[in-house]
Amino acid sequence: MATDAQTAIVGEIRRSRLLTLPALIVLFLAASGPLLVVLLYSFLTAGDYGGVKWAFSTEGWQSVFLERDIFDDTVSVADAHLSIFWRSLRLSLMTTLLSLALGFPTAYFIATQPEKTRNLWLFLITIPFWTNLLIRTFAIMEVIRNRGIVNTALMKLGAIAEPIQMLYTDFAIMLGMTYVYLPLMVLPIYASMEKLDFRLVEAGYDLYATRWRVLRRIILPIVKPGIIAGSILVFVPSLGAYVTPRVLGGGKNLMLGNLIELQFGQGRNWPLGSALAITLLVIVMIALLFYVRAAQKGGEHG
Amino acid sequence: MADRPFAIKRQPGFATIALICFVMLYAPIITLVVYSFNAGSSIAIWEGFSLRWYAAAWENELVQDAAIRSLVVAVCASLFATTLATMAALGTTRTRPYRGLTATYAMINQPLMVPEIVTAVALLIVFAVFKQTTGYDGLGLLILAHTAFCIPFAYLPIRARLEGMNLSLETAAADLYATPWMTFRRVTLPLMWPGILAGAMLAFVISLDDVVITEFVKSAGQETLPTYMLGQLRRVITPEINAISTALLAISILMVTIFFFLNRKKM
Repeated sequence: MATDAQTAIVGEIRRSRLLTLPALIVLFLAASGPLLVVLLYSFLTAGDYGGVKWAFSTEGWQSVFLERDIFDDTVSVADAHLSIFWRSLRLSLMTTLLSLALGFPTAYFIATQPEKTRNLWLFLITIPFWTNLLIRTFAIMEVIRNRGIVNTALMKLGAIAEPIQMLYTDFAIMLGMTYVYLPLMVLPIYASMEKLDFRLVEAGYDLYATRWRVLRRIILPIVKPGIIAGSILVFVPSLGAYVTPRVLGGGKNLMLGNLIELQFGQGRNWPLGSALAITLLVIVMIALLFYVRAAQKGGEHG
Repeated sequence: MADRPFAIKRQPGFATIALICFVMLYAPIITLVVYSFNAGSSIAIWEGFSLRWYAAAWENELVQDAAIRSLVVAVCASLFATTLATMAALGTTRTRPYRGLTATYAMINQPLMVPEIVTAVALLIVFAVFKQTTGYDGLGLLILAHTAFCIPFAYLPIRARLEGMNLSLETAAADLYATPWMTFRRVTLPLMWPGILAGAMLAFVISLDDVVITEFVKSAGQETLPTYMLGQLRRVITPEINAISTALLAISILMVTIFFFLNRKKM
């Protein structure tokens, strides 16, 4: 009898594996496998016209942070790359902070609405998130460009004589990324806010706490996991952003994603591009580990 | 002051910021849609209502070509991804935990975690080698790439549906001497159906909207609507782009609304 049950279990597991296999094959061919190839390419020598030569080299990794002077062959820190790293980090952090400043009150507002209308507000937050990222970036571009609606309106009102240059600046990239990723901040904060028991807030007021004190000492600690989750969910795609900086930042304002692309295009340095891609991936994975931690903590509280 | 009760839920300024947020989220999209109906060729000065840019986009052969390709890729990729995801969802929920299950989850969710640009250059490398050695550079590669990143989007709603399903109906079918296939066909599949449909909708929207991976994977002349639009942005922009955008937006919003409706029923 026992062996019968055992064979049944073995059969069941084999069936489960077979059912999952086709999806895993496709994912291996077009997602996981190629990542391994990127890792391999980062240790090869750059070909003359793009591509690689099959010779081991750490040149790609070295040039992530260092650059060799073509005249006297001395090695120095790659200022160009470091400044792009720094710009990507700074813009992603600023995007995260701006999203938090806008997203936290919005999540609070939705959570305090009557139950009937709450789903409608949530739906309104979610809809833009599921619409085309390029189109949303493009919508922002139309609004802030020199002959766009904001500048045209301001000039007609006589507030400004010349259009304000907003497009192709760091400000534009930050605004665009905040616009695009804001729902990712609102939704997790809302999720943890929904569990907030307002009797605690009432108790705070009964004990003569001010609104600010209630916010800081009661509400913020409870929704902290949501804030951490939302911040990481905004930070991660901002760091790897490609379309938004390309469209809103023009040619000059590069971020990490554009630097990677450059190596596969005009740069013709595939090993360097691969090394940069792996670097981005590692930073993102570290951020996601923090996210999983925050999510687990949130689960314990809830 | 005295006649207004103390509102414990109120925080000063929060409602205003929330309102600004909603305006900020919708104003650019609404502007974009409104100016797609502009009679003039500006995207900032209103010159009256007209459908001329829709007509222009409709007659533009490049747009037609890209639109058809976008649809072919999205339909194929969402069908393949949904089929694979349905099988994978059955294989990962109706089972005891087995070795490799965690790795399976990680692999299925990988496209959600890895930055798109990284996947894009990875595919660029692999497909470049493949194209060189086999000489094949057809639409199949694009469909394969789209299928892969659509799998998690199809998988998650299907799995959520399966996990919420009651096993007793299937047990009852088995008790009544239904074969496993008949139980699946007549009981499990109909119950799963809303989840499968929701997953397919999401996969379709995700495929239709993709820019980054398509831009890196496509062979020469394989423009989809989003990559065509990306290519146009550097030129003089006319409301024709707004018209194409509005059409794409309408499709996405329709699909997502259906998705919400399908998911709502479950609860």
